[in-house]
Amino acid sequence: MTEAKDLQRELIAFRIGSQEFCVDIMSVREIRGWTPATPLPRSPGYMKGVINLRGTVLPIIDLGARFGLTTSEPTARHVIMVAHIGGRMVGLLVDAVSDILQMSDASVQPTPDVASDQVKTFVKGIFSIDGRMISLIELDHILPQVEAEAA
Amino acid sequence: MDAFEAIKATFFQECDELLADLEAKLMLLEQGQTDLETINAVFRAVHSVKGGAGAFGLEALVRFAHVFETLMDELRAGRKPCDAITIKTLLRASDVLADHIQAAQGLIPPVDEARSAALVAEMQVLTHGGEAPVEVEEDEDDFGFTPMAFDMALDDAAPLPIEDLGGDLGADTASTGWRVVFKPMGRMYVNANETSLLLRELGRLGPVTVVVDDSATPTLDALSVEDGCLTWTVDLAAAVDEAAVREVFDFVESDCELTITPLGNGAAGASDIGAFEDEPAAVLPAGDELDIAALLAKASGAAAEPAPQPQPEAIPLAAVKPEPAPVPPVAPPVAAPVAAATTSAPVAPVAPAPVTIRVDLDRVDRLINVVGELVIQQAMLSQRVLESGLARSSGIALGMEDLELLTREIQDSVMAIRAQPVKSVFQRMPRLVREVADMVSKQVRLVTAGEDTEVDKTVVERLAEPITHMLRNAIDHGLETPEERVAAGKPAEGTVRLAALHRSGRIVIEISDDGRGINRERVKKIAVDKGLIAADAPLTDEQIDNLIFAPGFSTAAVVSDISGRGVGMDVVKRSIQALGGRISISSVPGKGSTFTLSLPLTLAVLDGMVVTAAEQTLIAPLPAIVESLTPQAVDLHFVGGVDPVIRFRDRFLPLIDVALIMGFREQPMNPTEGVAVVVETEGGQQAALLFDAIQGQRQVVIKSLETNYQQVEGVAAATILGDGRVALILDVDVLVTDMRRKSVRPDFKLAS
Repeated sequence: MTEAKDLQRELIAFRIGSQEFCVDIMSVREIRGWTPATPLPRSPGYMKGVINLRGTVLPIIDLGARFGLTTSEPTARHVIMVAHIGGRMVGLLVDAVSDILQMSDASVQPTPDVASDQVKTFVKGIFSIDGRMISLIELDHILPQVEAEAA
Repeated sequence: MDAFEAIKATFFQECDELLADLEAKLMLLEQGQTDLETINAVFRAVHSVKGGAGAFGLEALVRFAHVFETLMDELRAGRKPCDAITIKTLLRASDVLADHIQAAQGLIPPVDEARSAALVAEMQVLTHGGEAPVEVEEDEDDFGFTPMAFDMALDDAAPLPIEDLGGDLGADTASTGWRVVFKPMGRMYVNANETSLLLRELGRLGPVTVVVDDSATPTLDALSVEDGCLTWTVDLAAAVDEAAVREVFDFVESDCELTITPLGNGAAGASDIGAFEDEPAAVLPAGDELDIAALLAKASGAAAEPAPQPQPEAIPLAAVKPEPAPVPPVAPPVAAPVAAATTSAPVAPVAPAPVTIRVDLDRVDRLINVVGELVIQQAMLSQRVLESGLARSSGIALGMEDLELLTREIQDSVMAIRAQPVKSVFQRMPRLVREVADMVSKQVRLVTAGEDTEVDKTVVERLAEPITHMLRNAIDHGLETPEERVAAGKPAEGTVRLAALHRSGRIVIEISDDGRGINRERVKKIAVDKGLIAADAPLTDEQIDNLIFAPGFSTAAVVSDISGRGVGMDVVKRSIQALGGRISISSVPGKGSTFTLSLPLTLAVLDGMVVTAAEQTLIAPLPAIVESLTPQAVDLHFVGGVDPVIRFRDRFLPLIDVALIMGFREQPMNPTEGVAVVVETEGGQQAALLFDAIQGQRQVVIKSLETNYQQVEGVAAATILGDGRVALILDVDVLVTDMRRKSVRPDFKLAS
């Protein structure tokens, strides 16, 4: 509490394709393997459908597709991160979870101007660890826009 | 919440119940049931509100309740007839009382002073029999309630030592005072009232002399602990109103025999007292030993000649004042020790009243959710057992069957916990009807039926708004003015009927009026003006009636206070549909209109038909399904060469390939290879949905998609199947009416 600048945060890092991203560990509730989802009609391409998480109907978002990077046909080796976003529970489909990181807010750099608009919507900042570049993700706008407003 | 706030919350909860009771009893009065018991019930409700409000220092509420109570007191005493005008005033007063209570809770802004004051004045005129209203001040002291702590021992309550009493009575009772003969019945004790407290209250009014008559006490072998067998005679030497004396017994009046007579010139009273004083042996020394000796003597009386007991046996109150004892000293003499001795005593039958508890709704919801999971888990297990190929007669399979029955029973019982009679909604309506009728100057009688019909709490809660709206409409638009009604040969007073009933697993709510019916000419004209229909559209009467559900439609020629709040019947229709319900209308010109709502009993489970479409498992709600059939090539036609229709009982219904319009496949399937399910929408429109196959029928637990995602077009909700996968529940209305017309947008195609 004494030095706000050096506030340590725990982040969870994951991979989509060759890129690395991370989110605050506090918003991730659990990590589980991929199970086939029930597709939803007329939903955006990044909506993989819904799965049953112990009685809860959990929508699954293909994070790569949401960022406009890749669309992958999920396999048993893909991973779902169950996250809390604005009072909702959402499953985020990623290629793999790679790391748990300790970072101070001070080490986060602003997103460079070269990134595409779509990426900038979600990337709050970047930082480097051991020469890797990791993008810090803001989950608030992950759900389709209509709902992000309502939530 | 601190303890005080908690008590206050309880008080307001009680207020809700008291108000409901008050309203119900006032309705009885209005229907001509003006017996003393009903009037007393009203009085008690108001009195209880006032009492509680006093304890919490809610002054405005107390002041209003007091005037109300005073008027009720006049009625109760028979000094004022219970006529129509009075009842009308009382009804309005109960509305304002409800407002005061809500305002005290901070739910609504403070009550309009003028309105409250006007009613106060009106009630005072009634109270004082048409004379100029007398200021309330005279009674001011009466309602300066202060909460006071009770303790069970009679310490400060025993008014005066016995010597003083004797003297007082001799001197003063000649002119003023009351003799109260009070015989509690067993049920007074059952209701947790306590003689000692009543006597103590009497003691606060002035010096008292208390004599107990135990002559009715049976012998031990015949004694029942739940009978009241004591008669208390209290001489109160104080110049107070009879009403003040009566007030002490307010809450027990129906549970005791009570006579209150003025003390004469004191001769009788004094001589009685004198007589007892002549027999000091009869005055028992202490409460703990009270009567036990006498009772034992009686019990053994069969053998030995019973010693003649002085009748009545006198126990001056002061004399029984004990050391703090575990048993209240003036409790009936059949207290613990005796009760223990009479194990074989027959227990008087007590009327079995339903016992209820208050439970936090969250807990019930949690239970319901868990039971929902249990049902799914059970279904999953059943399926696994089936798949495992075990014989039906195997122990596991039989056990699963039992488990299935049990699960179903648990589910039903849990659902029943939340079931509530629609009464709670219906009870709010008389007030609404009065207010609306007043505003539009119409005479309206509200008739309700089926108030005890039970339905899930979530449904009950969401019924209030549509019913409110439709009642308003019925009065504002449906009913004619009294003059018009008389001219049409109808009674000046219009009747609005609100009824609830169960019909094939759904609840049906009917709102009907005997007004003018729907003016179809005007409805059609408005619809044409608003561009909703073509001027020359050939419409049936039903179709015209249904136009009032069209968005943006309002039949009100003038936007009045009551309607025209931007809430149209389209909103009502949508809120009913959101509940999985249907609304329909029937109207006869000059005779009136009836709106019929049909709703599911619960929002948690649904009877569905499990179907497959392009390898997806879907649920079609059973209530919407009319019939299913296998399409024959000869019955299939194409309107304009593209849109398929199917002949069904000599009508041509659109054939909707569900998998196609939901984007589960790119190319339409061959209808003859699938199954067509004929469905009917809320609007009565029929269509055939084309699926690959029908799997069967089952009850499913409804899971909202909105909780974690959002509404999906064509999908009402989701459920979890026996294999643990999520299945979508179809929204038949949207499929048939909206989605069919829209082409699949390219950016919103199905993924994966």
